[in-house]
Amino acid sequence: MKSRFLILPAVAALASALVGCKPGSGDTIKVGEFASLTGKEATFGTSSHEGTELAIDEINAAGGVLGKKLELLTEDNQSKAGEPANIVNKLISRDGVVAVLGEVASSRSLEAAPIAQAAKIPLISPASTNPKVTEVGDYIFRVCFIDPFQGTVMANFADKTLKAKKVAVLTDAKSDYSKGLAKYFKEQFVKNGGTLASELDYNGGDKDFKAQLTTIKGAAPDAVFVPGYYNDVALIAIQAKELGLTIPLFGGDGWESENLLQVGKDAVEGNYFSTHCSPEDTSPKMTSFVASYKKKYNKTPDAMAALGYDSAYVLAEAIKRAGTTEGPKLRDAIAATKDFDGVTGKFSLDAKRDAVKSAAILQIKDGKFNFLETIAP
Amino acid sequence: MNEIFQQLVNGLALGAVYALIAIGYTMVYGVLRFINFAHGDVFMLGSFTGYYVAPQVAKWFPLPGWGGWAAVMAVTMIVCALIGIIIEFLAYRPLRNRPKLTVLITAIGVSLLIEYTCQHKAVFGASQKAFPTLLPAGNFTLGGLSFNTTQFVVLGVTLVLLAALTFIVKRTRMGMAMRAVSHNSAAASLMGISNSFIISFTFGLGSALAGAGGILYGMTYTGIEPLMGVNVGLKAFVAAVLGGIGNLPGAALGGLVLGVVETYAGGMSGISTYRDGIAFAILIVILIFKPTGLLGSKQIEKV
Repeated sequence: MKSRFLILPAVAALASALVGCKPGSGDTIKVGEFASLTGKEATFGTSSHEGTELAIDEINAAGGVLGKKLELLTEDNQSKAGEPANIVNKLISRDGVVAVLGEVASSRSLEAAPIAQAAKIPLISPASTNPKVTEVGDYIFRVCFIDPFQGTVMANFADKTLKAKKVAVLTDAKSDYSKGLAKYFKEQFVKNGGTLASELDYNGGDKDFKAQLTTIKGAAPDAVFVPGYYNDVALIAIQAKELGLTIPLFGGDGWESENLLQVGKDAVEGNYFSTHCSPEDTSPKMTSFVASYKKKYNKTPDAMAALGYDSAYVLAEAIKRAGTTEGPKLRDAIAATKDFDGVTGKFSLDAKRDAVKSAAILQIKDGKFNFLETIAP
Repeated sequence: MNEIFQQLVNGLALGAVYALIAIGYTMVYGVLRFINFAHGDVFMLGSFTGYYVAPQVAKWFPLPGWGGWAAVMAVTMIVCALIGIIIEFLAYRPLRNRPKLTVLITAIGVSLLIEYTCQHKAVFGASQKAFPTLLPAGNFTLGGLSFNTTQFVVLGVTLVLLAALTFIVKRTRMGMAMRAVSHNSAAASLMGISNSFIISFTFGLGSALAGAGGILYGMTYTGIEPLMGVNVGLKAFVAAVLGGIGNLPGAALGGLVLGVVETYAGGMSGISTYRDGIAFAILIVILIFKPTGLLGSKQIEKV
């Protein structure tokens, strides 16, 4: 019984500490961020968060914007459906952020977007590629290309580079990203004269893919398009190899994570995917970004980190141009972003609030992501 | 035709892991009449124990190799047995005489506590890790079917562990005491059986099997992460209910049925998304026609 009485004062102390540190100073500009720092797609959130944080630090070191420092409030959504809505609600209504940066995964951006739209708070997604995300409303932006473009690029790649006539598609039915990318890929691939050997689904987070892969093997395709996320792709590659499936696998930007190499090892060798940029890019912007990222986090950045970095700079620049942090004016300023010189290339936001930019195709070789080619929009 | 058999092999290997975990649910239910929802997390801890123990074991036994594999299995089963006993001692024992609902909610709490603590950077971290290779890779084809050593080992180990368990429960004094506590704990304690000891033993035994399941699962599917126990734990629970909760062979049968059904559903174009849904739908259908599960016997509710 005694221990219970000891816990009470501890809880009280903790509660008062939490109340005490409520952020509420008026001399900073609060920017909200929601990211998957833990859970299934943890490396996405970690990368985009680190990129964003690096950008905010640099902006503050250079004097901030409008004479104030930017304060980044980051919340973790645990890669779970349902969490983004809670978090973004909290960031907007409780913390009073002027804008929200976030999510890599399209499903989670789609969940948060209506809330930001209703509150007239701009939301900039670093890497959600499903077209539906910015269709939610005029306060929703993104700094990456969209899946119709990525799907087309990969369909042409399958056709021209892989010389594949019959392709099987393995889609994550739980993810808006995967479903969208698969759809645009299939449309273009069929238009190019290819046939779809078999179309199967899985649920993100599954560990057993042997059932689907056995069926795919039976259909004898030339290649398998897997528009999923890295954690599932690594296991798909391993199990495909175990079942004796030796054809190439290829996919989209959801593949890009060091984790794919760590888990997939030799099973992912030789496979291809499209993404936003490559750290091997020799542009001065990219080299200086890679150098300062390495200095701060002691690792090479991936595309999600670069996009997180760009999203923060797009916002900071828009705040400067707007001269205010009021929702409608800030929205107009972000929408007017033109020829922005980002780490992921020079881009403008189009009328649909999507970035128009090129895609890079990488191949996994010797346990590294090797740059293959850039494809302009 | 080949594909059908190939899927059967895949399904049995998956079902064997469900069976090992389902037995833990069923044993604890048999003795304490409550569902230990943290059991799926013990399974996850088993995978991670293997992950961290393997490099240490490799110093004495060559890995991948059979000796090293056996050592990893043994260490993991012991560690998981201890984890199970500690969970019971800290979380459930203080609530022994409280309503069953209290213990059930506590079990869910323990489960969440383990999952989210393990996701912290200082523990395992949230990202997926590659399970080390424990056995020499042997992919071979037989009559057009591809098998690997792991699939045989998973099935073989499951059968051996099931036989050992049946022996313990049916033929040893300890097993007799377990059955006595399950039947009537008050009377058993009057006969000089220490209820607490038997309950600890049951948790240890069930958790050791979950640990073995964790290793076999890691060997088969390679990717391990702190939330891997949620879905597998749920499926194993369903397997236990499917076979008739409280019934050991039933849990094993339920696991195999579930694994095979799920694999066939997963391999069919158009319905592959619904593989979990189909597995659960079958559970519902079976329970409508046979409410006690496949091998369960009718129980008279004591008033």
